[in-house]
Amino acid sequence: MKRAFKATFIEDNGVSHTIDVPEGWSLMEGAVKHLVPGIDADCGGACACATCQVYVDPAWAGKLPVKTDMEETMLDFAPLVKPNSRLSCQLRMSEALDGIVLRIPKEQH
Amino acid sequence: MSENIVIIGAGQAGAQAVQSLRAEGFTGPITMVGDEAYPPYQRPPLSKAYLLGQLERPRLFLKSDAFYAEAGCELLLDTSARAIDRAARTVELSDGRKLPYGKLLLTTGGRVRKLRCPGADLPGIFYLKTIADVDALQAAFQPGKRIAIVGAGYIGLEVAAVGAKRGLHVTVFEAMDRVMARAVSPALSAFFAAEHARAGVTLKLNTGVEGFEGDGKVERIIAGGRAYDADLVLVGVGVLGNDDLARAAGLACSDGIVVDRNATTSDPAIYAAGDCTRHYGREGIELRLECVQNAIDQAKHAAMAMCGKPKDYAEVPWFWSDQYDLKLQIAGLARPTDTLVARGDPASRKFSVFHLRDGKVAAVEAVNAGQDYMIGRKLIAEGRAVEAARIADLSIPVKNLIAP
Repeated sequence: MKRAFKATFIEDNGVSHTIDVPEGWSLMEGAVKHLVPGIDADCGGACACATCQVYVDPAWAGKLPVKTDMEETMLDFAPLVKPNSRLSCQLRMSEALDGIVLRIPKEQH
Repeated sequence: MSENIVIIGAGQAGAQAVQSLRAEGFTGPITMVGDEAYPPYQRPPLSKAYLLGQLERPRLFLKSDAFYAEAGCELLLDTSARAIDRAARTVELSDGRKLPYGKLLLTTGGRVRKLRCPGADLPGIFYLKTIADVDALQAAFQPGKRIAIVGAGYIGLEVAAVGAKRGLHVTVFEAMDRVMARAVSPALSAFFAAEHARAGVTLKLNTGVEGFEGDGKVERIIAGGRAYDADLVLVGVGVLGNDDLARAAGLACSDGIVVDRNATTSDPAIYAAGDCTRHYGREGIELRLECVQNAIDQAKHAAMAMCGKPKDYAEVPWFWSDQYDLKLQIAGLARPTDTLVARGDPASRKFSVFHLRDGKVAAVEAVNAGQDYMIGRKLIAEGRAVEAARIADLSIPVKNLIAP
């Protein structure tokens, strides 16, 4: 069995979802699997649609991988982007991210 | 509105339609019928990460089982649709059941074009479209084996890249004079051909396949008048739209189910979306697309129309392919008469080609150049004129091309 770690997604309306995400899966995959509302993930994780945006709690910022050019560019065209915006399809769950807190934008399109 | 909706075809478009129908406020029952054993899944990774063994099967599924339960969508898998009775508004299923519908959505996708040459039925000849196809291929796809790939399109070249990485001896046979001839411009064909050669893949261009030979299983491929030894064969020579069901029901079809800009067929109670449709592109040309973008976007437009909120479909098509460490991304549809402008040097393995038509960006092909791709996509959508010299000038950041 794969190890799994916790991630908490908080909707724009304040509703919180704490879910288990298997190690190595993207946070987007975990959210989709657990029906977290507001993570649309149209493209299924190819970094092609920017509909899985999250705002990462500042406490975790230093533990994330740096953005690829691609992610950076996708975010340039996403709505409601903030400095702590990331695409959750590009964030892989690991022990270092256990307990990570992510906020979901009001809309993805 | 509570009349029920039946969706035939459990792929990317079908899954999107379920999500979008609920998002648009449809509250009636939804039934989705799929002829495979699995709920809707991502096909693009099949010829890439899944074949390479880097992605477990559950990660292919687009939605969880809980999604369909929560959406109130009944999934009938391992079940195909045999016939549509438009007068009675029923669909006859392979289990003999007759399913009534208020509205019907056809997301039947495509099927691989099969070879008909002598020996084409020999064991050891594989196609790649479904999870079951890859699982079957997997057993033979072993290091040291000689694989003959027929067709240097996306599927053929993606499998070639995975094969080279896995230690197979790969030879690709292509009838045309360059790789991915239908999908990319000549400069990209030359670049990808060189990359494959560098990885040890043998490319046989201008080499049509005449047949296969072997005792009980494929052992040789006959191409260009010569025989080549092969332990297995993978054929990737295109996809046909699944329009048989619609055609038999008397719906207008022409290599694909003909739909208008609202994904509506010639019967106002029947809609269609995805690879199976022949539709009007944003440039007003009839076409059939095989891509995730069209499956998603057309399914959204079908859902809007089914909910009485039609909106014309005119999205910019986009495509991608992963080969080795190269990410190819394409937006828009190129034409042979476009003016081509290169940005960056292929030798740097990060470059793009913009296609200008009447001075406006009509398409962009980008290799490891996500920014160029995204900016190009935006320029296409806006119909923006850009000077060729500015595109080619690497001292101008690509983002500035879009600055007002």
